[in-house]
Amino acid sequence: MEFDWSGIIPNLPYILKGMKITLQITVVAVIFGIIWGTVLAVMRLSSIKIISWLAKAYVNTFRTIPLVMVLLWFYLLVPQILSNIFHLPASTDIRLISAIVAFSLFEAAYYSEIMRAGIQSISKGQLNAALALGMTKIQGMYLVVLPQAFRIMAPLLLTQGIILFQDTTLVYVLSLFDFFYQSVEIVGKRDGTYVEMILFAACVYFIICFAASSLVNYIKSRIA
Amino acid sequence: MISLRNISKWYGEFQVLKDCTTHVGKGEVVVVCGPSGSGKSTLIKTVNALEPIQQGTIIVDNVNVTNKATNLAKLRSKVGMVFQHFELFPHLSIVKNLTLAQVKVLKRDEEEATKKALTLLDRVGLLAHAQKFPGQLSGGQQQRVAIARALCMDPVVMLFDEPTSALDPEMVNEVLDVMVELAYEGMTMMVVTHEMGFARKVANRILFMDEGTIIEDTTKEQFFTNPQSDRAKDFLAKIIH
Repeated sequence: MEFDWSGIIPNLPYILKGMKITLQITVVAVIFGIIWGTVLAVMRLSSIKIISWLAKAYVNTFRTIPLVMVLLWFYLLVPQILSNIFHLPASTDIRLISAIVAFSLFEAAYYSEIMRAGIQSISKGQLNAALALGMTKIQGMYLVVLPQAFRIMAPLLLTQGIILFQDTTLVYVLSLFDFFYQSVEIVGKRDGTYVEMILFAACVYFIICFAASSLVNYIKSRIA
Repeated sequence: MISLRNISKWYGEFQVLKDCTTHVGKGEVVVVCGPSGSGKSTLIKTVNALEPIQQGTIIVDNVNVTNKATNLAKLRSKVGMVFQHFELFPHLSIVKNLTLAQVKVLKRDEEEATKKALTLLDRVGLLAHAQKFPGQLSGGQQQRVAIARALCMDPVVMLFDEPTSALDPEMVNEVLDVMVELAYEGMTMMVVTHEMGFARKVANRILFMDEGTIIEDTTKEQFFTNPQSDRAKDFLAKIIH
C-alpha cells in the first residue's frame, strides 16, 4: 500500500481552522471548568448541608451522563435559552458557544473532584491559622488553602486538560468541525486519503499530548 | 482581659471540657498544664472561638465571644495565636507570611505592613531570612516567625498552644527565650505547655487540668511547692526530674 501525503500542505488552512476550534473549546473549558469546579469543591465541603448537597448532586449528575449526551442536550437547550435572553436572530450560529458551555459545565464536575481532594490534603491547621489571624473563612480559603491545593493538584488538573483536549473530537455530533473532523472527514474523504489523514491526525494528537504530559511530569518533579 | 465562665464542651457524647472557669488579667501570664487528653489545648482554642462551646460564657477584651452576633474575625485579629505545628503558610515567603493578614485584615498598606514585619523579624532574630520560604527554616526558626506573625497584628493577648512540643530539644530554648522576653514586656499570655522551667520563670498563675476539669488554679509558688490535689502531685513527680 502506498501513502499519499501530498494532501496535507495544500489543505493546511482547513486543518488549522479545525485546530482553532479544538483549541478554543479546550482552553475556555479548562479555564471555566477549573474556576467553576473549584467553586463546586468549596461548596461541597461547606458545613451548610443544602449547599454541600447541591454541589454533590451537580457533580454526580454530570459524572453519570455520557459527554455526547451532554453535548446534544446543550445544543438543544443553550441556543433556545440564549436567544430568549438576548433575542438573537434565528440565523446566529451558536454551536461553538453551546459546545463550550457544555464542555465547561461537564468538566467542572471532574475538576471539582480533583480540587476537593486538593483542599482536603491541606491540614486543617492552615485554615485555623488563617482564622486566628482574623481572616474570614472565605479569605482563608482563597488566600491560604486554595493556592496550596492548586499547587499540589496542578499535575492532575493538567492531565484532565489533556483528556478534555482529546474529548473535543466529539463536537462532530453538533456538526462543528474541529481539527479531527476537518482533517479526516472532510479533507481525507474528499481526496480519498482517509487512512493518511487519520495517521496524520493521530500523530498531531500524539505530539501535543506527549508534550503536555511531559510538562505534567516536569511539574510533578518540581513539586516533589 | 480573658474571662471564662462555666464553659462546657462535648464531642458527641464525650465531654471534653467540664464547667471550666478562670480569668486572665491584663499583663498576666497563665500557664495551662496537665496530662495529654486533659482538654488544655481545647480550652485555649475556645478563647478565640476556634473551638465552639455548648455552654458557658467567654469574654475577651470586653467582647462576648459566645454571643452569636459577635464579629469573630475582628476579635481574632486582636488575639494572637501560636500553634504546635507553627502553621506558617508554605506557599508564601517569610515576609509575606507576616504581611498577609496585616494587609487583608487590618487594611494596612503594603509598605507599612512590610516595615512592621521586618521590625518584628529583627526582634526574633530572623531578619536575614525574610525572603526565604518556611520550608527552608528549622522548626525553632519557624516557630519564632509564627510568633512574629502573630505580633504583627498588635494583639492585646497572646495564646500559645504547646509552642515547643513539636520541636527538637535543642530548639526549644530559642522559642522560649522569645516568649520570656514577651512576658517581661507585659504581654498578656495564656500558654499551654509542659515546659515547667518557663512556668517557674514567668508564670503568674498555673492552671492544672485533668479530664476536662480545671483542678488547680493557683500561683506558681503554691503549685510547685504545695500542690493540693493528688493528680497534680502525680503529674509534677512525672514531669520534673
